[in-house]
Amino acid sequence: MAAPRVRHNLRPWDHPKHVATSPRRGCEAGGTGSEVAGHDPLAAFVRATGGGQMSSIISRGFHGRRADAPRDRVPPGQYVTRDFPVLSAGPTPHRSLDQWDLSIVGEVDEPRRWTWEELRALPTQEVTVDIHCVTKWSKLDTVWQGISVDTLLGEVRTSAQYVVQYSDGGYTTNLPLTAVTGGKAWVVFGYDGEPIAAEHGGPVRMLVPSRYLWKSAKWLRGLRLQANDEPGFWETNGYSNDADPWREQRYWGD
Amino acid sequence: MARAAVLGRLTWRAADVVRVAPETARASTIVLDVPGWPGHRAGQHVDVRLTAEDGYQAQRSYSIASAPNGDRIELTVVRIEDGEVSPYLADELRGGDRLELRGPMGGYFVWEPADGGPLLLVAGGSGLAPLMAMVRLRAAAGADVDTRLLVSARDWDDVLYRDELQRLGGGGLTVVHTLTAS
Repeated sequence: MAAPRVRHNLRPWDHPKHVATSPRRGCEAGGTGSEVAGHDPLAAFVRATGGGQMSSIISRGFHGRRADAPRDRVPPGQYVTRDFPVLSAGPTPHRSLDQWDLSIVGEVDEPRRWTWEELRALPTQEVTVDIHCVTKWSKLDTVWQGISVDTLLGEVRTSAQYVVQYSDGGYTTNLPLTAVTGGKAWVVFGYDGEPIAAEHGGPVRMLVPSRYLWKSAKWLRGLRLQANDEPGFWETNGYSNDADPWREQRYWGD
Repeated sequence: MARAAVLGRLTWRAADVVRVAPETARASTIVLDVPGWPGHRAGQHVDVRLTAEDGYQAQRSYSIASAPNGDRIELTVVRIEDGEVSPYLADELRGGDRLELRGPMGGYFVWEPADGGPLLLVAGGSGLAPLMAMVRLRAAAGADVDTRLLVSARDWDDVLYRDELQRLGGGGLTVVHTLTAS
């Protein structure tokens, strides 16, 4: 299983554009020790179509377009887009950086808070990852600049098992802590070498490529570490708590 | 915790295509009968799955454009010229075919008459579909909730449900059109 490609210690504003040129495998399968890890795309395909449900109805005259869907890059039920669609549950917050900070709170020895300048003083990484939205689009080889969540968590002591991302506008989303540690998640401020546009979650958003993209909160303001899992906004509105695209966990019960 | 209230898995259902009716030059409305349909709230969507003969599958999400009405639902699909699924649904699919779908999904952006108003609904292009479900439900329920609907389309011929909206206007519903290509 290939990890997202990471370049360490870049200062993206000094290196305006780094674009992936060589092919790579899809983003890491989510979860820890999951049977999908090192997934066999065909197995995922079969799982998605089987599962003891009715056998599929053949759609007369439908041929599909396999060419734009390399199976080891695109999870079941997804299609590849070159656009960057936007879906938000509310208005887009516009927060200036001098009014912005990021916190780690909850089950920690000492809450931690970073201003924008303090955050930008931390080691930066550039990552090239595939992202998957539950609304069915996937976007391959997206390039982000930011800070590994490991770096941030390295500054607190915690015995928490879960994390809730929280944002301007009140959005929340939950994950097991193991889903955002070990080089699997970033707090990002750059996309393709530019500041992240507000509609895409700027100034700072989360990036957890192993899960559907609603698990990557836009307009991020903090991480709340918790002993117990606490379903967030979409998780309490019919969407999967786990959200592993390779297992096609879109909705409750998937 | 909300997950405790979870219903069963949203299983794939077979839906019978009653008819596919042109809506505009670029859009068609697919009328479906879904045996065992659990009902939906205005604003919810379904996932549609197509399967080719070799087993290849494609899925897309479509808003339900119709008000709750037994086992019957309507989807409006705008054809994207180089799309994989929408040209099939808009042009190839016809009455008597069967589709697979699951749903309804989405419990957040919904409206029921008991929610009251006033309502300000703003839609561009095919984004009108879920709002149409609300406007149709409002009419079917005889609700007089003060409602303003702003519809943006490329040009007049591209406006979905144009005649119906004209009919439904009044009685507290104001429809305002804005055309971006003229």
